[in-house]
Amino acid sequence: MAIVLNTLLIILTAIAIPGLINRTRAVLAGRKGVPFVQHLRNVKVLLSKGTVYSTTTTALFKIAPAIYLGAAIVAALMIPVADLYPLISFKGDVICFAYTLALARVIIIMAAMDTGSSFEGMGAAREALYGALIEPALMIGFATLALFCGYTSFADIFEYEQSFDLHLTIVMLLTAFLFLKIAFVESGRVPVDDPRTHLELTMIHEVMCLDYSGIDMGMIHIAGWLKTACFSMIAANAVAATGCFHWWFAVPFAVLLTGLSVGIVESTQARNKLSRNTTFIVTISALAALIFFIGYLLKLNINI
Amino acid sequence: MKYYITDNQNTAISLSEIPEVEYAALYEDLKERLADSSYHVAHYFACPEENRLKFYLILLNDAEHKVMVSSFAMEYYDDIALPSLSALHPQMHPFEREITELYNVEFDSMPWNKPLRFPYNRRNQNSTMDNYPFYTIEGDSLHEVNVGPIHAGIIEPGAFRFICNGENVLHLEIALGYQHRGVENEFTSTTNRLRQTLLAESIAGDSAVSHAVAFTMATEKLMGIHNENLNIERTIALELERMAMHIADTGALCTDVAYQLGQVACEALRTVTINTTQAWCGNRFGKGLIRPCGTNKPLTAEKIDMIRKNIAEVRRRYNEVKEDIESSPTILARFEQCGLVPKAEMLRIGGVGMASRASGAKRDIRSSHPYAAYAQHIDHQMVTMRDGDVMSRLMVRCQEVLQSADYIEQLLANYTPSSLPRPDYTTTLQSEKLSIGLIEGWRGEICHVAITDKEGAIVTYKVKDPSLHNWLGLAIAVRSEGISDFPINNKSFNLSYCGHDL
Repeated sequence: MAIVLNTLLIILTAIAIPGLINRTRAVLAGRKGVPFVQHLRNVKVLLSKGTVYSTTTTALFKIAPAIYLGAAIVAALMIPVADLYPLISFKGDVICFAYTLALARVIIIMAAMDTGSSFEGMGAAREALYGALIEPALMIGFATLALFCGYTSFADIFEYEQSFDLHLTIVMLLTAFLFLKIAFVESGRVPVDDPRTHLELTMIHEVMCLDYSGIDMGMIHIAGWLKTACFSMIAANAVAATGCFHWWFAVPFAVLLTGLSVGIVESTQARNKLSRNTTFIVTISALAALIFFIGYLLKLNINI
Repeated sequence: MKYYITDNQNTAISLSEIPEVEYAALYEDLKERLADSSYHVAHYFACPEENRLKFYLILLNDAEHKVMVSSFAMEYYDDIALPSLSALHPQMHPFEREITELYNVEFDSMPWNKPLRFPYNRRNQNSTMDNYPFYTIEGDSLHEVNVGPIHAGIIEPGAFRFICNGENVLHLEIALGYQHRGVENEFTSTTNRLRQTLLAESIAGDSAVSHAVAFTMATEKLMGIHNENLNIERTIALELERMAMHIADTGALCTDVAYQLGQVACEALRTVTINTTQAWCGNRFGKGLIRPCGTNKPLTAEKIDMIRKNIAEVRRRYNEVKEDIESSPTILARFEQCGLVPKAEMLRIGGVGMASRASGAKRDIRSSHPYAAYAQHIDHQMVTMRDGDVMSRLMVRCQEVLQSADYIEQLLANYTPSSLPRPDYTTTLQSEKLSIGLIEGWRGEICHVAITDKEGAIVTYKVKDPSLHNWLGLAIAVRSEGISDFPINNKSFNLSYCGHDL
């Protein structure tokens, strides 16, 4: 029962976050904006359509969206919602989670190269670079989570680390912030990427999907929502572990945290110059290292 | 070297008064004069005249506010040496390319003699747009990115070929001409002046008022008509268009860097501005407002109140957006030091208008060659910046919007609506004259030239949109920039495809 509820809640989070981002943006822009469920309608339309393939593409291009979505689903199934239990959980699933998403990235990069389009090649190069740069942050982030308990499974980590210990609370809040930042990068949001731009030359994730249409495009969208939900939920779990370790806290918190912060950032600030993105992402890794270091000192019970 | 010297308010020039010189003299003279930044060429074109090919040169002297006209001619079998001026002064490049393309006149040692618009090319009939050989650079670490000619969005066609080293642009070549409609020939193929006015309004959709004013100026000079109040109303229309386009571009620049607040604020303000134009004349872009010798849409006391109220509101709110942009670090990080065009480069390529002023070049017809209300009612102080980056181009826009709002207020505050004449499409034009319509549109200098025959019909009509010069400025701006910064550079110039292609 807990497993079913866990899975449903992850899906709910994945659906709610894009809706909240759109609403936040609309309110801040003083617009009426699109309805909360507009993104679902869009994807419904896409899923009911056939696809068009470029003649230069091969079978790789055609299977890529399915693998991409499959990987995102598997990754999402590893994430616990606070006190509930995920479908897939085993020792070392944090590593498996990271590389399942890396598989998704690799397959979509290869598919983009497969089209032979100069735009998509540029997008693939950017995605590969940023993917490589964000990986240390992700790994150090997981290490920080595992630092206090020594477990390597999401479910065990959060199960163990719920406490009112001040030291642990500090580390958990900092880690939550780290995963929020990673969520921004991984879901291709401002300031790293701009999902709304129509300018191919400036795109990162979108440009790799330019040749996809219909059901393929729908699958890529859904995979994107799931990825965002995973990172938001990890951040929300980390916060929930410090005080209120219940699913009814973690789910709304995950939605509000990402939905509002992405919406506000996208309304009020400009995107990075592309060449500054590398600095931005390396800084996240540096931040991760710093948080790990703080965590390590706190674990050694240094007085603060 | 002889010139016929006039200014931007005098009537049309008799063809017989325009001195005809030897090309060698013209070459030597221009060679020296164009090295001086107070001179630049407004138009240089060839047209058939009886059995000869006649070349007209319109040179502007900004310092002394003069328009200088000269000419030379070539017989069909003449074999005179025509050393190219482009080699010395790249600002002559588009003009010489056009002459070569249209009349198969070869300028000696002309660098990069590529077609300008790719219509039927007399010089080389096998040269078409489809087989145009783009400039290439060989290298293992280089790649080419082609954008266009079909635009992914809703704007016009143009082909952009980038040669990149990773993310950096080494070279950008822009090929235009896809929008060539034969506008200049259309002007001469009809004697219906209303039709010609409509044509002028349709040269570039975003400069409908500017091109229409240039056309009416050229034709009214050919009739010797001058109406002060009509000129004031046209000036107001021009400034309204300038405001609307500058505000729209501010919004577009914000969109391209994903700055939503600036985008939505500017979209709303642009709507108010163009709706003001619509409330005045029935069309948001001012089509139907500018007519020769008169107007169908004179200002009334109520309309004046409406315009003053709206413009004051737009000015106040736009100023807030401007301050917001100036104080936002993420936006400054994108716009500052991006897409630099130094002043020297801008002058070399003959850049005009707001893009040139952003680089510090003092090019503004409103103050260098005042016309209409700028001649008497407004002492125009041009807005110039120093750096020539995207931020400078944006700041020229921001300040010009505020300035235009002030001009509109100043003109309307002292304006009493009077009964203006209705448009006149029938008066015969003076025969054998050359008339120049020279104005500063929102993008820059627009120059229309009309030449009439013995019966007073227009036999040659030449149009020059500022885009003709400034496209090269864009290519220079993106050199060594990241390719992902091309869109904001492009938007900061916002050049016209159809204005260039005609």
